[in-house]
Amino acid sequence: MVLEASFDAAPAAPAETWTPPTSERPLVKWTLVGIALAFLGFFLFLPLVAVFVEALRGGVGIYFDAITEPDAVAAIRLTLIVAAIAVPCNLVFGLAAAWAIAKFRFPGKSLLITLIDLPFSVSPVVSGLVFILLFGSQSLIGPWLISNGIEIVFAIPGIVLATIFVTFPFVARELIPLMQEQGTGDEEAALSLGASGWQTFLYVTLPNVKWALLYGVLLCNARAMGEFGAVSVVSGHIRGLTNTMPLHVEILYNEYSFQAAFAVASLLALLALITLSIKSFLEWRFADGLKAQRSGH
Amino acid sequence: MDISVRELRKTFDRYPALHDVSLDIQSGELIALLGPSGSGKTTLLRLIAGLEFPTSGSIFYGTEDASGKSVRDRQVGFVFQHYALFKHMTVADNIGFGLKVRDRSKRPSSAEIRRRASDLLDLVQLPGLEDRYPSQLSGGQRQRVALARALAIEPRVLLLDEPFGALDAKVRKELRRWLRELHERTGHTTIFVTHDQEEALELSDRVVVMSQGRIEQVGTPDEIYDTPATPFVFSFIGDSSEIPISVSGGEAHVGNRSIGVFAEGLPDGPARLFVRPHDLDLVSDDPQTIAAVVTAVRRNSGSRFVEAEIDGCRSKVEIELPADDMRVFEGRIALKPKRWKIFPDAKRPNSQSVVGKGPYKHESEPKPPDYSQMVS
Repeated sequence: MVLEASFDAAPAAPAETWTPPTSERPLVKWTLVGIALAFLGFFLFLPLVAVFVEALRGGVGIYFDAITEPDAVAAIRLTLIVAAIAVPCNLVFGLAAAWAIAKFRFPGKSLLITLIDLPFSVSPVVSGLVFILLFGSQSLIGPWLISNGIEIVFAIPGIVLATIFVTFPFVARELIPLMQEQGTGDEEAALSLGASGWQTFLYVTLPNVKWALLYGVLLCNARAMGEFGAVSVVSGHIRGLTNTMPLHVEILYNEYSFQAAFAVASLLALLALITLSIKSFLEWRFADGLKAQRSGH
Repeated sequence: MDISVRELRKTFDRYPALHDVSLDIQSGELIALLGPSGSGKTTLLRLIAGLEFPTSGSIFYGTEDASGKSVRDRQVGFVFQHYALFKHMTVADNIGFGLKVRDRSKRPSSAEIRRRASDLLDLVQLPGLEDRYPSQLSGGQRQRVALARALAIEPRVLLLDEPFGALDAKVRKELRRWLRELHERTGHTTIFVTHDQEEALELSDRVVVMSQGRIEQVGTPDEIYDTPATPFVFSFIGDSSEIPISVSGGEAHVGNRSIGVFAEGLPDGPARLFVRPHDLDLVSDDPQTIAAVVTAVRRNSGSRFVEAEIDGCRSKVEIELPADDMRVFEGRIALKPKRWKIFPDAKRPNSQSVVGKGPYKHESEPKPPDYSQMVS
């Protein structure tokens, strides 16, 4: 009783002066928030707004002319085709690589993990040059390719190859940590219940990683459509044939067609915004599912 | 289904996890694999299931050699430590999974699968939870669903890896009793892994005690507790004190003092005497006793524990007395074991142990049956 009384009597810290131990003084807090917001505004928001303002400077009519002009349409089409080939390829490769790394132990595994990051660490120009060295007319198999009429560099196959190379890490990077964390317990359970390898993959592994996979695919797609450096090296800039949207923007800009350049650029920017919106929507809509998956059981 | 394991060896990256283990399990038995972590008990279970493949040795399901068969073909019901329920499927879909993935010719209709899932949910006493998701269940409920899912495929043997490991103490006790009842009703040959000796001794027909990739002893819970075959089993199961002694002329000595314990048939030399706290008597000083000095007295629910340090060596013993024993325990005391076991120090050929019982040294018990023969 005495003890209880002493607890009651002990003056509780007044609520208004008590702050969590991890919090900072208001001055520090708002300075930090302010710096972060100013940085974001200057480096992200301002350029984005500038793109749209520039694109619409001469009016909506010119804007639509710029994006419906045949070369622009060809560039948009090529970009979509390249993404439509590169993204599914990387979905399969990424899934396979993540599966191999997360579920098996084999020699050279750490090397594989490092190699997956290579496209991120190498300059895109180098990535493009690699394909020129491999398939160009000066390369070992170049003469054979020419004599058989197979065009790789300065043609669509080269652009697709370069894009696949540059965007390879996105899906794999997204899946590896998740699959490593999930381990092989669910798969073992499915197998012990009599499922085949394919059934296990389809009914258990894939549903377990579907959100991470979608996430990786979205990022991969955004990069596949926006890739400039590597594609620029292998494309050859043939108007209406091997120009993707980013290359088309550059050509227009170099020709001082600023508004047309910004109009096409705004399409790319819009694409990025849509990707981010879908991503945020998925995160919001399936937050519980994602959390449940990441926390395991 | 009889399960027989013959000289099973498993090596992970040159690290041996299991050394030539042999074990016979009779149909309908409930067997516990008990041991500390790293004793190879889970490895043995996974080998029996087919989730690992042995480095050498073989596994028989009845008369059929299952060693080369995959887990898919062995038809075992495996319950994982963390249940491994499929999070994106409802409870009914989880339970029906094993039926759904069957070949078309052997697959029941989806209505039939659903009906069986409901029956199994009744069996595990979770009626009406068909459409819940695993995340909406408590730990104990998940455990039961995992068991129902394993039972759905009509397994030849039920294998459970630390089935109650992730549950809190109260649920654990309930589920333990429930599992025992379920086993009696369904009669599946069941093997479960546990590090909890209470669980193993209470639940199983026979206990397999393992340590460092070897089987130390196989026996009924009574045999394991009352006549431990090795020093490891004695110290691992229940409470015990270990007293370093020396044997000379068939008698046990601490230092130079004979402690009144008969060690007939043991070679002269260092040995260890194991005794349980409730098998130590406090006696009035007598030249042939263990002399010790009280260091602490504790009260724990129904018992009073006296901790004492033995003269002439650093080791401590614990004596369990009824809580109403109101004697004052201080200073020097004299102890006599009622039951004990002496193990000559290891790495000596023909080393054998001697079991003792009774206040007088000449009433030593005959040697217990040799469990090592049951093991091999």
